[in-house]
Amino acid sequence: MLEIHSLQTRIGDKEILRGLNLTVKAGEVHAIMGPNGAGKSSLAYTLAGRPGYEVTGGSVRFEGADLLTLAPEERAQAGLFLGFQYPVEIPGVNNVYLLKAALNAARKQRGLPEVDAFEFLTLVREKMRLMQMDEAFLSRGVNEGFSGGEKKRNEILQMLVLEPKLALLDETDSGLDIDALKVVANGVNSLRSPSRAVVLVTHYQRLLDYIKPDVVHVLARGRIIKTGGPELALELEARGYDWLLADAA
Amino acid sequence: MSENAQLNEIVGRGYQHGFVTDIESESLPPGLDEDVVRKISAIKREPAFLTEWRLRAYRHWLTLREPEWAHVRVQPINYQDLSYYSAPKAKTDGPKSLDEVDPKLLATYEKLGVPLHERARLAGVAVDAVFDSVSVATTFKDRLEKAGVVFCSFSEAVQKHPDLIERYLGSIVPHTDNYYACLNSAVFSDGSFVYIPKGVRCPMELSTYFRINAAKTGQFERTLIIADEGSHVSYLEGCTAPMRDENQLHAAVVELVALEHAEIKYSTVQNWYPGDENGVGGIYNFVTKRGECRGRNSKISWTQVETGSAITWKYPSCVLRGENSVGEFYSVALANHRQQADTGTKMIHIGANTRSTIVSKGISAGHGQNTYRGLVKILPTASGARNFTQCDSLLMGGDCGAHTFPYVEVKNPTATVEHEASTSRISEDQLFYCLQRGIAEEDAVNMIVNGFCKSVFKELPMEFAVEAQNLLAVSLEGSVG
Repeated sequence: MLEIHSLQTRIGDKEILRGLNLTVKAGEVHAIMGPNGAGKSSLAYTLAGRPGYEVTGGSVRFEGADLLTLAPEERAQAGLFLGFQYPVEIPGVNNVYLLKAALNAARKQRGLPEVDAFEFLTLVREKMRLMQMDEAFLSRGVNEGFSGGEKKRNEILQMLVLEPKLALLDETDSGLDIDALKVVANGVNSLRSPSRAVVLVTHYQRLLDYIKPDVVHVLARGRIIKTGGPELALELEARGYDWLLADAA
Repeated sequence: MSENAQLNEIVGRGYQHGFVTDIESESLPPGLDEDVVRKISAIKREPAFLTEWRLRAYRHWLTLREPEWAHVRVQPINYQDLSYYSAPKAKTDGPKSLDEVDPKLLATYEKLGVPLHERARLAGVAVDAVFDSVSVATTFKDRLEKAGVVFCSFSEAVQKHPDLIERYLGSIVPHTDNYYACLNSAVFSDGSFVYIPKGVRCPMELSTYFRINAAKTGQFERTLIIADEGSHVSYLEGCTAPMRDENQLHAAVVELVALEHAEIKYSTVQNWYPGDENGVGGIYNFVTKRGECRGRNSKISWTQVETGSAITWKYPSCVLRGENSVGEFYSVALANHRQQADTGTKMIHIGANTRSTIVSKGISAGHGQNTYRGLVKILPTASGARNFTQCDSLLMGGDCGAHTFPYVEVKNPTATVEHEASTSRISEDQLFYCLQRGIAEEDAVNMIVNGFCKSVFKELPMEFAVEAQNLLAVSLEGSVG
């Protein structure tokens, strides 16, 4: 589904990714861990096409197509979803309105008609129940006045409604208490299927107790320096990153 | 058929009949002196008091100089080059068919969903359109007459209700008020007149769409709305489709009076031609609008969406004389390309426990300059007066400007005045967030800007609110990316 070959990026003059390789197959869940400043969020932003993240080398194929030639909205319409670490507030723009516009953009791309208003609301309500979100959410502005936890739930709700092929979740667990973490994990797990893939960017093993990854990577100094199974996350929890960094140096 | 559906049908058809005023088919040569003022008055067969009133205004105007305090740059206007009375243009003037009209303008009409036959009129094509909506219009006129509501052209009101004109004209905006209002008082051509009798709730929204004269009232329009005790009226002015006009200067005056327990809601969508990308050929819109809450518990609410004109200079204001009276001002002003907007409001609190609310949303894009200028004045008599002002600016791109000049004068210690202001850009974060959800850039910008304006749009009558959103989208086209 996703094949990244020796990807190099920079922001301004600063090199971020330095030849990163990563392959994610349909049906898999990957976790990317690593020390602060290693380039984890940058990888997510680069894949989503955020302006300012300049690709200087390498290639990315998504579902066989050259991802890097697509505009950010085309990547999204093609089924790539980014769950933001810090979801932005958009005052006055209704949550449901944004979500509907997003869903219709994706449907249009697939040659489908706009979603029926009643069906749409039914779908959103169903996913809201799963995410244990309050009905009042429907009439609020996008992330407007939301707590950190509410914002993260909202990201997952959007993901569930849009049903992307590939979900990149950037520190979706940060700032969540244990109950909220379970709800978020439950939401992510409900999306797992043989035709989809999830990439979790996280600092903590804790999230992986609830969302079992198939593959765990360590990203440091702009590269994947170690890849393993779920047991790697446990080892990192116990030993930190220093031993790996020493090996890689 | 529901009232709104009927209204929509009328509006959609571009109704052109009814309330027709006799207009002499003559024009005055360019130039302005006492003779010209007398001639205008004579052509309109006005009573002597009105001729005298115009002359007093003209003589005073000679002593005035154009104001220079506004944050706008104006090409000098030679007032002797203007013609102050012209009959409707002959059919040989202007483009002969839509084929001769600027395709960009036509594309805009298309996007706004302006009906085909309406496009020709707006683009200034000389057509003699006849629509079959006379009967529907008569139904409206009947309903208004049954309710006792007077809604007609200003000229007709001068003939039929001279007592009301004499009593109220200039009582809110005196001819001495300012340069442009003074000029208007001397030479105003036509406009609208509304009288709502005691205790009457006007059975429908009043719109200038209904009158054939609206498109031709010219550059010095005069509007007077009187809401008698306990009455209620909602008045819609303007049009979302861009209107072309060969007159560059527009200096209108609008006066509103609300007596005891009366309420006037005045909504404007202004989309005069703003000129091209370099600002060439746009309209100068210098308007004086003021309402007086004369009676106790009266209310006047201004809502405006200003997207047109090369230069906008207007401050719809409220004089809160009656005890417990309420003034409101909700505004969205957009300045794109080379547009300049200097707009805001004045809330003059005279009566005890008067309350006012100001919500202003300024959007600047391109090389546009957007200024909010507001005055909240609490006089010593206004015990317990309250004002809340919220003034937000949104910037798009690096070449535009937003300026805020809030003046507050409080002369009563029991008053409460609150002011909130913010200036922001459409953040890259917000834009990227929408893009990442698959929403195209222009749609995303529209969504964010409409969100920014939401608290104003919700004050507009429903059919206007939808149009206003579309209008904003079209006006901002190409201002990002």
